[in-house]
Formats: sequence, structure tokens, C-alpha cells
Amino acid sequence: MEVKKINGFTKHTLIIIFGVAMLYPVLWLISSSFKPNELIFTEPGLWPSTFTLDNYVNGWRGFQGVAFSKFFANSWLISILSVLGNVITCSFAAYAFARLNFKFQKIWFSLMLVTIMLPYHVTLVPQYVIFNELHWINTYFPLVLPKWLAHDSFFILMMVQFIRGIPRELDESATIDGCNQRQIYFRIIMPLLVPALISAAIFTFIWSWDDFFSQMIYLSDIKLFTVQLGIRSLFDPTGQSDWGALLAMSALSLVPITLIFLIFQRYFLDGIATTGLK
Amino acid sequence: MRKSRKPLANQHNLTAYTFLLPWLIGFFCLTLGPMLGSLYLSLTKYNLLTPPQWIGFANYIEIFKEDDTFSNSLWLTIKYVFISVPLRLAFALMVAMVLNKGIRALGIYRTIYYIPSLLGGSVAIAIVWRQIFDGSGLVNQFLGWFGIQGPSWISHPSYIVYTIISLSIWQFGSAMVIFLAGLKQVPADLYEAAQVDGANKVRQFFRITLPMLSPVIFFNLVMSIINSFQAFTPAFVIGDGRGGPLDATMFYTLYLYMKGFSFFDMGYASALAWIMLLIIGAFTAIIFVTSKYWVFYGDSKEGR
Repeated sequence: MEVKKINGFTKHTLIIIFGVAMLYPVLWLISSSFKPNELIFTEPGLWPSTFTLDNYVNGWRGFQGVAFSKFFANSWLISILSVLGNVITCSFAAYAFARLNFKFQKIWFSLMLVTIMLPYHVTLVPQYVIFNELHWINTYFPLVLPKWLAHDSFFILMMVQFIRGIPRELDESATIDGCNQRQIYFRIIMPLLVPALISAAIFTFIWSWDDFFSQMIYLSDIKLFTVQLGIRSLFDPTGQSDWGALLAMSALSLVPITLIFLIFQRYFLDGIATTGLK
Repeated sequence: MRKSRKPLANQHNLTAYTFLLPWLIGFFCLTLGPMLGSLYLSLTKYNLLTPPQWIGFANYIEIFKEDDTFSNSLWLTIKYVFISVPLRLAFALMVAMVLNKGIRALGIYRTIYYIPSLLGGSVAIAIVWRQIFDGSGLVNQFLGWFGIQGPSWISHPSYIVYTIISLSIWQFGSAMVIFLAGLKQVPADLYEAAQVDGANKVRQFFRITLPMLSPVIFFNLVMSIINSFQAFTPAFVIGDGRGGPLDATMFYTLYLYMKGFSFFDMGYASALAWIMLLIIGAFTAIIFVTSKYWVFYGDSKEGR
């Protein structure tokens, strides 16, 4: 009994030490963002000996007359529009695949499965050409429109699996009560699909927030910059960056994702667990 | 009866296709059309300003015959994928098994270990990574305690790729969460029976745990390989954004990006994209074909 207790204690201690080591880079980022520039790389400890908010003030000012508040607002706008698009159109498609019978259903479904595995780059250049022809470079359409066309088919598959778990008797009794297929979606399936919708929403939010590659390709006007682009612009790989401001804005950039994760983590982690996402 | 059913079926088709409409538009305009488009562009010389000019297989011939940067970036990416994916999955499985033994506060540990996966894709963390692997960064300070003088990981061409690999392994949390869920599905009586038969822990692991988890491992392996092939942000931010030092961070996608969007050689970039598709397709096919030898779906019909 005693031995078991001690073993348990050692085990927990090891797991916690390992956890802290895992989080150390993040903790270092937070702590350094509160240190004066000259201490960031000279003081090894996590607790700042001199505590300052200057980095946040300097960083928030942004560059070339555009403040970081603008970048945050832009990122929020893109992410929220993306979330709405994905949740609505992917669940529509998932409902059709999981519950409705229609012509060529099997073909469309297999094509949808294949698109999950397609690398983004094989469509990249023509998409860019199309968006360029439409004069959509330096707008948010190239970033948001694909989400309103259920382009992230991964979420369709996830929701199809979820809908298949909803008892068909519910649909049948609704049909007897006079619901048509459209009403079945809005009154039966969608309300029950909420947990899957929340996981999809959170993943979409994080992925759009971090989608540095597309943002870099389609946005070059500083007023349209996102948080990721803002941080990348503060950062000069040759070493002449204002590290304090850079780290402060980097730390801030992680706050929205972290908050959303902590609020919804139950849905989120169980969602990953049941769908095998990512 | 028959007559009245047909309009109903038509009506059902109509409803279904209404629900499917956004996806269908996306499929044709954002996936199928552009895919064929990039196949066509890969056979042309195209700089976005003047119309594409047909050059047949010249891009492909140049890529395979003359382009050293291509072969270098392909090998670099393959090295990255084949070191980081197995290590990340192995690590995830290991931690999942430690956490699975009915431990208290599992929820909190699960959350803590998931945080790297959550944040790891951002530019912010890539910048932090660059900093902690710098000559006087945290990693070398840590090694210094043991009297080891570490190199500057990020400026040395042969080490910087390991910096990027370590960032990928650090994000083992998402795979771990999936493995944890998979481990919960393994019936406890299997282990009890094995214990009665005198099988030790190692044997139990290879004969019970691994086979029972193999569908989950299979799925993770496929998706991780596909995603890792497309890694961009870490290479772009931890390196200098142009593949340096000495092309040591010239990942495949970065090379494709530079060809297409720095040099505006979009035909060439499309050819690179199609080669990438074929390579990823080949690896995926190999995993799928070999899966019948190592993926065990059990005899229950519940298996995914």
C-alpha cells in the first residue's frame, strides 16, 4: 500500500515536471514579454527581475501607422466569417451525405473523401489566378469564400460520422409528424449536431487564425494585415528586431486561441478523440 | 403507387442537391477545376502577366534533370517527414500509455500536453523556437549545465532541420489525445487473459495494445504524412524565409512558393505541385496497400 502511494506520487511528479518542460517555451515567451529588452536574453530565470509593460505599449503601436488593434480586428473578422461558413456549409453537405438519398451519391461521397487528402498546393496557382482575375487580391474573399463552399471536406466527414450516430427513428417520427427533409435538418439533426459543430468551429477558428501561408499570398496591404502577418513583419531574421515588442505581440497573438480552447476544451478534446481529427 | 413515387424521388434529389450545392460549387471551382488548371499550367511557361505559353514537358524535364534545389528540397522534406512523424506518434503513444493507467487528474494533464498542438502552428511559436535554439538560447543553457557546449542550432545548415523537427515532435498532444481514446476502447479482459497465460508487459504491448490501436495509428500516420509534407510556416520563420542557411530550410512547399510567388514562374510551380501530389499519393498508396498486413480491425463490426 505504502509503496503504491509513493509510486503514484513519483509518477505524478514526473508527469508534472515533464508538463512544465513541455510548456517552458510558452512560459518563456510570456515572461520575456514583460522584461526590458536588455534583460530578455541575459536573464535566464522565468520571473522578471524588472517588470515592464513597455513592450506591450511599443508593440501595440504597430508599424507604418497601423496599430496592432487593426491586425487583431482583421484576424477576428476572417476567423469568424470562416467559422460561420464552415459550420453552415459543411453541415449541409454532411446532412445530404449521411441522411438523404440522391443520384450519384456514392460518386460524390468518394470524391469528397479524396479531396480530404489532396495537398493544398496542387490547386494553389490556378486559385490564385482566378482570384487575381476577379481582382480579389488584397481582399478577404480568397481566405473566406472557400469556407462558404465547404472546401474543408475534413469537417464534412467528421459530421457525417456524427450524424450516422443519431438514431434514424428520430427522422422517421418527424416524417410522420409531417416534417419534410429540410425541416428534419433544422429541427432534428442540427440541434443534435451541436457538439460536432462546436469542434468544427474551434478547429476552423484556430486554423484560420494561424493560416499564415494563404494570408501572406493574398494580403500585401498593411491595413489588411492579420496578426500573423503583423508579427512576421516585426520580426527581422537578420537579428535587428525589437525583441520585446515582438515577443509581447507574439504572446498576445496566442491569447484568443488559448481562451477559446480553455472555454470549450471538453467539446474540443472529446471531438478530436472521437473523430481522429488531425 | 409507382407514379406518385417518382415526383417524390425527384423532390428528394432536389432537396439533397440544394444541401450539397455549396460543396458542389466548391468542388468544381476550387478543387477539380484548379487541379486540371495546374496540370495544364505545368506544361506551360506562365508569369501571370502574359498568357501561358505551351512548352510541353520542359518544366518536368528541367526539374528532374537540372534542378538541384528540387532534389535537395525533396530529400530535406522526406527526411523531415520520416523523422518527425514516427517520433511524434511514438512519443504520443508512450505518453498516452503512461496517462492511461487510471491516473487521477487525467483531464488536466491531457489539457497541458495538448497546448503545444494548439499553439504550435503559429508564427509566434516558430519565432520562440528560433530563439530558444539560438547559440545562447535556452537549449544551450540547459546543455551547459551538463558541460556540453551546444552549437548555434539555427545558423548551422546541418542542424537547423532538427530544430524544425523538434518543433513538430513537441506537438505530439493531438495524436496523444486520439491514442488515449483508442486505449480506452481496448477491453481490459484481453490483458487479464494474457496475464493468466503468463505474457509479460512487452509481449502484451506488441500482441494486444499495438494491434488493437492499429486502425487509429493507420489513420494518424496517413494524415500526419500528408500534413507534414506541406509544412511551411516553421521552415519559413525558423529559417530566413528564403530557404537559408545554405538551402537547409528549403522545404518543398517553400521552394514551390518561391518559384511561384517570388519569381512568378507559375508553370514551374504547378509542375512542382503535381510532382508533390504524385509523391504524397505514392506514399499514401503504400501505406494503404501494406495496411492489410499490419492494421487489425478485429472481428467486431464496430471497427472504424
